[in-house]
Amino acid sequence: MSEVLTAPLVVEFPFTRSLGPVQSAFLTGLRERTVLGVTASDGRVVVPPTEYDPVTAEEIRELVEVGSRGTVTTWAWNPSPRRGQPLATPFAWVLVRLDGADTALLHALDAPGPDAVHTGMRVRIRWAAERTGAITDLACFEPDDSPRGEAEPAPHRGEFADPVTGITTPARLDYTYAPGRAQSRYLQALTDHRITGERCPSCRKVYVPPRGACPTCGVATDTRVEVGPRGTVTTFCIVNIKAKNLDIEVPYVYAHIALDGADLALHARIGGIPYDRVRMGLRVEPVWTERSRFPDHYRPTGEPDADYDSYKELI
Amino acid sequence: MREVAIVAFGQSDHVRDSAETSEVEMLMPVLHEVLDRTGLAARDIGFTCSGSSDYLAGRAFSFTMALDGVGAWPPISESHVETDGAWALYEAWVKLLTGEAETALVYAYGKSSPGDVREVLTRQLDPYYVAPLWPDSVALAALQAQALIDAGLTDERALAGIAARSRAAAEANPHAQLRGAVPPGEHLVAPLRTGDCPPIGDGAAAVVLAVGDTARRLTERPAWIRGLDHRIEAHSLGVRDLTDSPSTRLAAERAGAFQWPVDTAELHAPFTSQEVVLRRALKLDAPDSTVRINPSGGPLAANPIMAAGLIRLGEAAARIHRGESDRALAHATSGPCLQQNLVAVLEGE
Repeated sequence: MSEVLTAPLVVEFPFTRSLGPVQSAFLTGLRERTVLGVTASDGRVVVPPTEYDPVTAEEIRELVEVGSRGTVTTWAWNPSPRRGQPLATPFAWVLVRLDGADTALLHALDAPGPDAVHTGMRVRIRWAAERTGAITDLACFEPDDSPRGEAEPAPHRGEFADPVTGITTPARLDYTYAPGRAQSRYLQALTDHRITGERCPSCRKVYVPPRGACPTCGVATDTRVEVGPRGTVTTFCIVNIKAKNLDIEVPYVYAHIALDGADLALHARIGGIPYDRVRMGLRVEPVWTERSRFPDHYRPTGEPDADYDSYKELI
Repeated sequence: MREVAIVAFGQSDHVRDSAETSEVEMLMPVLHEVLDRTGLAARDIGFTCSGSSDYLAGRAFSFTMALDGVGAWPPISESHVETDGAWALYEAWVKLLTGEAETALVYAYGKSSPGDVREVLTRQLDPYYVAPLWPDSVALAALQAQALIDAGLTDERALAGIAARSRAAAEANPHAQLRGAVPPGEHLVAPLRTGDCPPIGDGAAAVVLAVGDTARRLTERPAWIRGLDHRIEAHSLGVRDLTDSPSTRLAAERAGAFQWPVDTAELHAPFTSQEVVLRRALKLDAPDSTVRINPSGGPLAANPIMAAGLIRLGEAAARIHRGESDRALAHATSGPCLQQNLVAVLEGE
């Protein structure tokens, strides 16, 4: 095949998550410039705090306040920051053990270059100007010249006015979708207003749209077959819910259509006939609107209805 | 207990971009290869299990499309894991041990080319404290590498040596994506250079498992699974000692890896620094050791995500099939900084 079809595909979702008591206290604390940890079963102070002991899986709730300064336990220099990362200029990823904590927190360190970073260096939190109760309230770390604090972590009730109980974290991933050989051919034929399927060399069934494999035999379908354009309604439903961003009046009919020559029904909207007159066996044909790459809907051809026996295997 | 063996292994050529084929089109030749090798048809298989990830494809339930390549009629007994196919093999192994099936087809595939895999993998991180910072997979591996360097367990030169050894070994692997001398390159996220990181690629793999005499009938020299175990560590990176992998050590112990020495180890260490961690955890670093590590070239030569772990089991088994190994260890990993680890011990008869 000469051309590989591709199209941009964006998967984007604002994940909304509720917080448990420990996470809620920690993230609300960040909003108030207070860093909380939790005491694990073995007495270690875990920061950022978890609701279950990382070793025993026991539920843990005992909150303590730790310092806003800490020590780098390991680091990595990131010369090319990527979308969504805490800093837009080159920075170091760091694991930081805050004073009073026994575990380390992952974040970014704003430093002029890799020569300015080393394991064991002292850092302090740079707070975000606007804080909402999220890990990003901690804008990043910055170098700090104070000696390591000796202060013990102080017990903390974890109670704040107007606690944060949930977070919304938008996530976006960009893809370039490539439908592969069989579907590319199908889509290319559609631009010429032709509908093509592919035949299984083993069971001889014609699949439309083809996906490159016969799901029954598990072998490649590689013989192209032109099907339709006319077909038969094998079954249908009446849609009464108006879809968002879809300019179709309800009720309308969505149907399975067995195109002539195909062994698998595809689905499409039926138009050009009142919704309550659509029936099994109705003969239909595609209607292409201008510049459309696929049929907008199917309409009755005016032929007599097909015999039930002629399509019963395709329902 | 029933004896279970890997009786056939097949894999695609691993390539940077497979836009001309869909997942099922990429996978089908590999499925046919392993079935042909055993003389089995899809309908003869007792249990089918696959590993893949919707996040690589960017589409929900993407594995159902690939299932078309299996030929699921008449209805088959089938399952799927949303992780590396090595874990699908584990599920199939358990199924065979229960006596529910005599044979199993296990496959895995991953196309990283449609998306940005460094960003895609951030979605497996803690969604409250870590994922909102978008630390990419190379950055997390680099933190682990620096921890190893600080602990005096390796240095950049030793890491480059691991990459060079892997890619030299891949010269003999016709499926590998990167072979031969690959320059260390620039720092991607220091201390890791391009050469310390696996190639980003698309590929698929499949194995056939069989029990007892069925296995002996299907192949001349079955690779018997003597032990198989997988373990996980705390999700939070700052809780773990990144220079060690207690989960790998425990899985290896439970799989019987330390009972007798192995002659081959296929390690799923996508980054050079992770091989250092695994060798220590698996006690492969004895000065007089003759263990061949990643004779296939390993994931530094081809790392189709979701299939690379299953390929380690397949490559180890294939060496036993060919009589090049008598007792091999195979390891698979998933998650950041070797979070989850699976170890299998395979033997010839």
